[in-house]
Amino acid sequence: MTVIADIPDAPRAARRPQMGNPVLYWLRTNLFSSIPNGILSVVLLAILAKGIFSFVQWGIANAVWLTPANDSSACRAVRGLGACWAIIPEKYRFILFGTYPFDEQWRPALSVVLFIALFCLSSRRALWRRELVYLWIAALALISVLMWGGVFGLSFVSQDRWGGLPVTLILATFGLAFGFPLGILVALGRRSKLPAIRSLSVLYVELIRGVPLVSLLFMASVMFPLFMPSGFNIDKLLRAQVAIILFAGAYLAEVIRGGLQAVPRGQYEAADALGLSYWRKHRLIVLPQAIRHVIPPLVNTFIAFFKDTSLVLIIGIFDLLTTAKTAIIDPAWQQFSVEVYIFVAAIYFVFCFAMSRYSRGLEASSGR
Amino acid sequence: MTADHPRPPPRRRFLALGPNELKGLVWQVLVVGIALAVIAFLWSNTVTNLSARRITTGFAFLGREAGMPIADSLLAYSPRDSYLWAFVVGIANTLRVAVIGIVLATILGTLIGISRLSANWLLSRLAAVYVETLRDIPLLLQLLFWYVLMQTLPAARAAFRPVEGVFLSNRGLILPAIPIAAPQLWVLGTAVLGLAAFVLIRRWLIAQQMRDGKPRPAWPFAIGLVLALPTAVSVALGVPWTIEWPELRGFNFVGGLTLAPEYFALLIALVTYTSAFIAEIVRSGIQSVPRGQWDAANALGLRRSFMLRQIILPQALRVIVPPMTSQYLNLTKNSSLAVAIGYQDVVSVANTTLNQTGQAIEAIALIMAVFLTISLGISFFMNWYNSRIALVER
Repeated sequence: MTVIADIPDAPRAARRPQMGNPVLYWLRTNLFSSIPNGILSVVLLAILAKGIFSFVQWGIANAVWLTPANDSSACRAVRGLGACWAIIPEKYRFILFGTYPFDEQWRPALSVVLFIALFCLSSRRALWRRELVYLWIAALALISVLMWGGVFGLSFVSQDRWGGLPVTLILATFGLAFGFPLGILVALGRRSKLPAIRSLSVLYVELIRGVPLVSLLFMASVMFPLFMPSGFNIDKLLRAQVAIILFAGAYLAEVIRGGLQAVPRGQYEAADALGLSYWRKHRLIVLPQAIRHVIPPLVNTFIAFFKDTSLVLIIGIFDLLTTAKTAIIDPAWQQFSVEVYIFVAAIYFVFCFAMSRYSRGLEASSGR
Repeated sequence: MTADHPRPPPRRRFLALGPNELKGLVWQVLVVGIALAVIAFLWSNTVTNLSARRITTGFAFLGREAGMPIADSLLAYSPRDSYLWAFVVGIANTLRVAVIGIVLATILGTLIGISRLSANWLLSRLAAVYVETLRDIPLLLQLLFWYVLMQTLPAARAAFRPVEGVFLSNRGLILPAIPIAAPQLWVLGTAVLGLAAFVLIRRWLIAQQMRDGKPRPAWPFAIGLVLALPTAVSVALGVPWTIEWPELRGFNFVGGLTLAPEYFALLIALVTYTSAFIAEIVRSGIQSVPRGQWDAANALGLRRSFMLRQIILPQALRVIVPPMTSQYLNLTKNSSLAVAIGYQDVVSVANTTLNQTGQAIEAIALIMAVFLTISLGISFFMNWYNSRIALVER
């Protein structure tokens, strides 16, 4: 056997003889394989060249990169011709951290770094062990301490002053950390043999998935005070966080249910034959397999979520998008909102693109 | 050896529960009890709070005068109309953006999905960049971006004119229009009837072909019923089909069809964002058709268009339709982001109502009812379509 394995692979496809220049060969096969293809390539190249040219002209050649503090006159001079990137150095502290006390902004910055480190660690397959759960708890606790302060000589900062990227990351991460167990419970409930529990789970999932997140957020911001005894009030950020957790729970439940359905019957029967209780059966046998099946769609749900946290703008919570929108209310800089939106879009893009690349890598490595 | 007789199962008495059933019952009672307790707690708080704020529950407020302006609507509306009518206008606005958005997103998404599979390297790369960029940026951000871009467009006097009769300015997109009134509706109605008749005839022709194997062309009926008949009606009745060209008078446009900047920005954002997802669905659907199907169709010497229509597409659609349904639902739900830029869809109207009257529960209940109805409608239609194209197995 080993002898056969040692024989080098035959080349998969015989290489076509290359005539002359490899660049020309590549061009001919990929861009000019037929006459209509050639025409299409030329047209696309022309459009692309024009697009790149005008973007370079606007975004680089005619752009203003730096201005003296709080002076947008240089930008106004090139308005319509060039970009005003100077607004980013002018406003980036506000966009990233909102109204967090200026001198203390190393704390949210450190929180962001912690979040990113946490995500990177969690993406390593080798680290998917029980200890990771403890690490998450520790990291989230540490971030809470950093953001709130009030201990270890850190001054207290109330949530009203939090803003920007940390808020987006908090909403997304806590939404996930609490929505995920909720989703597991609801998914199990939906597949349960007990009719009352099953119908409650179905009702919850369908109600939440049937309405837009915006209406849930309105509910959290407007109706929550009505639901609670008078005098009892919790912070707006926390209410939005609860709405996001409930929303996440319903969507994650459906993904996890798909995974549960993919676990073969024999696994359940074997667990029953071993005499495992319901919870032990699911914890030790079923869920590990089910979740492994649905990791790529789970990551895609996380991406969708991360983007959806931006909807809290509508109820006036200062996440990254809201701080960006607020930064350009300043009359001196009002006309340069496109630049700010591009900057913020780039931040969102980096996070989501990293996750989507990762999900694709997982799909490829799971052998599909 | 004595045969081991299986013991008859013990007779169960009424309400006798085994340990498992008992456990199940306890769990259910516990969970339902907790759920009911939470609901009762919230309900009693709500009732107390509402009475403290002197808000009467119920839908009586719908009859009162709304007093809110709705700038852009298909239906006739003035602030003196009732809240009920304001809601109807809001629902019409939601449907207007959702229906047109779904159609456009499907077309654009399909084109891009096919482009990603193109043999042309440049085209497939560009399509990939489009998909990756749009999918990874929040829709709300894209919406605000388009809206800001609309506002930076030149004023009406200096509007862009990409094509004669089309104006793009900070007043929105203005297109030439054909005024549709009763006589034109009659002609269009004839065309719809003709289409229905054609579908029935085609079905009958296929049934005939199934019986004797002779192909019968259906296209003469299509031309006759869908084109010739309405044209004849139009000529006979002398229906005018004049095109109304928009004109710049003073600071604004007169005539033509105006897409307000809010509507236009929302439509662009929804269509481009959703089309990126649809493109991926279409691409994976086409790729899911096994290579052998292409080879077999080629080996039979089928024409390329016939092959795509009769072999590839029916198989790809089975994979495409279910996820497409959820994209349509997403687009409809995402149209509620309109509230961020001031396009008055149903969520925006409900939000204003809520601020004006304090009828929070009713307003949110209406939003939920509207979206659940739309979602159920789309799911119902797509499930029907899905069952039509599903694989019929023996």
